[in-house]
Amino acid sequence: MNKLALKEEILLRVEKPARYIGSEINSVRKDRADVAVRFAMCFPDVYEIGMSHLGIQILYDMFNRREDVWCERVYSPWVDLDAIMREEKIPLFALESQDPIKEFDFLGITIQYEMCYTNILQILDLAQIPLLASDRTEDDPLVIGGGPCTYNPEPIADFFDLFYIGEGETAYNQLLDLYLENKRNQKSRRDFLLAAANIPGIYVPLFYESSYHEDGTIAQFKPTVEGVPATILKEIAMDLTNTCYPEKPIVPFIKVTQDRVVLEIQRGCIRGCRFCQAGQIYRPVRERDVEKLKEYAIKMLQNTGHEEISLSSLSSSDYSSLQELIDFLIKECSEKKVNISLPSLRIDAFSLEVMSKVQDVKKSSLTFAPEAGSQRLRDVINKGLTEEVILQGAKEAFLGGWNRVKLYFMLGLPTETEEDIRGIAELSNKIAMLYYETIPKEERKGKISIVASTSFFIPKPFTPFQWSPMNTKEEFIDKAYMTRTAVMEQLNQKSIRYNWHEADVSMLEGVLARGDRKLSKLLLKVYEKGCMFDAWGEMFKNDTWIETFEELGIDMDFYTTRERALDEVLPWDFIDCGVTKQFLIREWEQAKLANVSPNCRVQCQGCGATMFQGGVCFEN
Amino acid sequence: MKIRIKFSKTGPVKFIGHLDMMRYFQKAIRRAGIDVTYSGGYSPHQVMSFAAPLGVGLESQGEYFDLELNSFTTCDEIKTRLNTAMAEGIQILSVRILPETAGNAMASVAAAAYEVRFREADLPQFDWKPKLVEFLNQQEIMVMKKTKKSMKELDLKPFIFSFEIKEDVILFLVDASSAGNIKPSLILQAFMEQNQQSLSEFALLVTRMETYGYRDDKEQRELIPLEEIGYLA
Repeated sequence: MNKLALKEEILLRVEKPARYIGSEINSVRKDRADVAVRFAMCFPDVYEIGMSHLGIQILYDMFNRREDVWCERVYSPWVDLDAIMREEKIPLFALESQDPIKEFDFLGITIQYEMCYTNILQILDLAQIPLLASDRTEDDPLVIGGGPCTYNPEPIADFFDLFYIGEGETAYNQLLDLYLENKRNQKSRRDFLLAAANIPGIYVPLFYESSYHEDGTIAQFKPTVEGVPATILKEIAMDLTNTCYPEKPIVPFIKVTQDRVVLEIQRGCIRGCRFCQAGQIYRPVRERDVEKLKEYAIKMLQNTGHEEISLSSLSSSDYSSLQELIDFLIKECSEKKVNISLPSLRIDAFSLEVMSKVQDVKKSSLTFAPEAGSQRLRDVINKGLTEEVILQGAKEAFLGGWNRVKLYFMLGLPTETEEDIRGIAELSNKIAMLYYETIPKEERKGKISIVASTSFFIPKPFTPFQWSPMNTKEEFIDKAYMTRTAVMEQLNQKSIRYNWHEADVSMLEGVLARGDRKLSKLLLKVYEKGCMFDAWGEMFKNDTWIETFEELGIDMDFYTTRERALDEVLPWDFIDCGVTKQFLIREWEQAKLANVSPNCRVQCQGCGATMFQGGVCFEN
Repeated sequence: MKIRIKFSKTGPVKFIGHLDMMRYFQKAIRRAGIDVTYSGGYSPHQVMSFAAPLGVGLESQGEYFDLELNSFTTCDEIKTRLNTAMAEGIQILSVRILPETAGNAMASVAAAAYEVRFREADLPQFDWKPKLVEFLNQQEIMVMKKTKKSMKELDLKPFIFSFEIKEDVILFLVDASSAGNIKPSLILQAFMEQNQQSLSEFALLVTRMETYGYRDDKEQRELIPLEEIGYLA
């Protein structure tokens, strides 16, 4: 029986103690003596969030297939346990072995959103690993970051020994082999880092530095040592069908956010929405073979016992064998009494038919993401969804029995006017009107319910909007108010509910998303003042952040509301994600003219991703 | 056909709560490939009934749930299959067929046996064993029990069916029906209070040893382990 790192009295005192005990079905236990590398894989948020992340499950499976590696998991202890661990000086431990992280060779941290940055510091701190990479010694684990936020790793560069830019399936084995070789030859940590810096996709921040102009923009970013590359090309798994995929994912004891089998059907997106980072950095689109997916579905349901299966991709409707896959799943799952959940489907006749088969129409709602209220602004952001298509989809849905609609929009998009904002309310109203026109009074089952939600637009690296100013907090709040007023003026306002996102946290996310290395000291300081779990509304301490910006003389506007010149050196320019700057500039110009760019399957836009020699670029 | 499954829960899995245990078994039953009956509707669920919820932090040698099956092989085969699908610390101890007339597991619960010990650091600082015998042998044992709305005075005595002290271990057989459902900690808390001591929140290590029902016999009300209501096949 596994010995637990925490005393029973502690486990009985904290919320959801099962977060910390490991032993889940399909978790991997090995003998410490049999392995040469101990790897702790971390998602810096609570267990329920971290366990729902597919990327970690993939790498966990891939690493543990190696006999010489034992990969374990670690998540952020919730604040109740955090306080106890600090008080009693209990080092952070991995779930499987319950051994302290500080004894491991690697601590890998996946970085999925900016507002988890302080949680990274919490993890390092509780693990008793020096927060700054420069303070670490031969005895400390190597801290490596991965995930979408590493496409601009600079704000957190000081805390990491390495970053892995791109998809983990390709270069990790090489990195682990190098580590073993370095250890065998009794070479130092620095020797390893220097050699690792030459593995494709690996960025070792220690060997690079920025110099700045007087106005704070970057003058030059360059290597400080000989023999490391000046740009880092992202790693990408081109043969998705034959990369490893976890056939026996871990089954948590407690209910987690993604409590189901997840089939990743493809990576990347052909659409090219101009605000979307994922749509650019995962180019080109690569599909998994449908036969392989069917095989995975059966094996994974068998090995987990999950009662639900879900498809994962940025835009499932664009998967070329979707019909075949769904027909197969419907047949398999009705026999096995498994539910099918289908997120990110475009609403059309096909998807409505499928949805009516797999879910209870009365209980489910339709989701549209027009993102902008007017056709003009939708053209600016290259969201190829027209009002006609939305209304047609909604009409068919109403006839099919649906009467709940969710609409997602953004406020603060480039070139936005008051008219665009009013468009949010008007489109919501049109959909409500359409319901009453389409469904005769006697056939209506309750009234129409429309929920319109807005988030605030945050420009992200590697998007055509990376040069765009972000709105000020005041502008955001005015716009949310304007939206609310416009909704209340609509004829069907009683059927429309309007929700908006907090502005404070969006401003900070804006700073961190396009930030530079100067922000590391800000993060350290706010962490020291007790900030963590910033993504959790009730934990977020905006005043502390604002006060710390002032103390350190860091101007938030420099990162958020400032328009960047096209020739400015951006903190993430040293990363090559395949998509060229020329393409992004072209798209930025097209956006300002409200010109739409066709998707990858209609016409190649020459984004640069053809360099990877595969995927959608070579479909025909 | 309905079967009754008995399992144990020991070690780290004792920190998994009751609702999560139910979810755990639903998935385990799927992994084991048991031909279980599902309810209808858009989200079909397995037809199962758990006997008595076990609190977080308690171990058990006698947990039960009933399961409705479409088809049946043998009790032994189902037990083996389920055991291959178990997590460390959870073990299937027996599988029995329930007679048509038997009530479901939850409704059948009448009593539970517990083994209780003090954690080393929480051992009472007085000669507690004779005092405990004296306490339990009183004519009535009045305690304040918290209900949803208020505190209510309650005599524990009729709910304690028997007890025994063996070295440092206290064995209790107590009422566990929905009307009674006495927790060993409630008894020991009252005992400590009567001796002007307090019982710290995590002082006790508790293992449920068995869950009992009544033999289906109106003449003689005899407590038997829930599994004995079923039969092997």
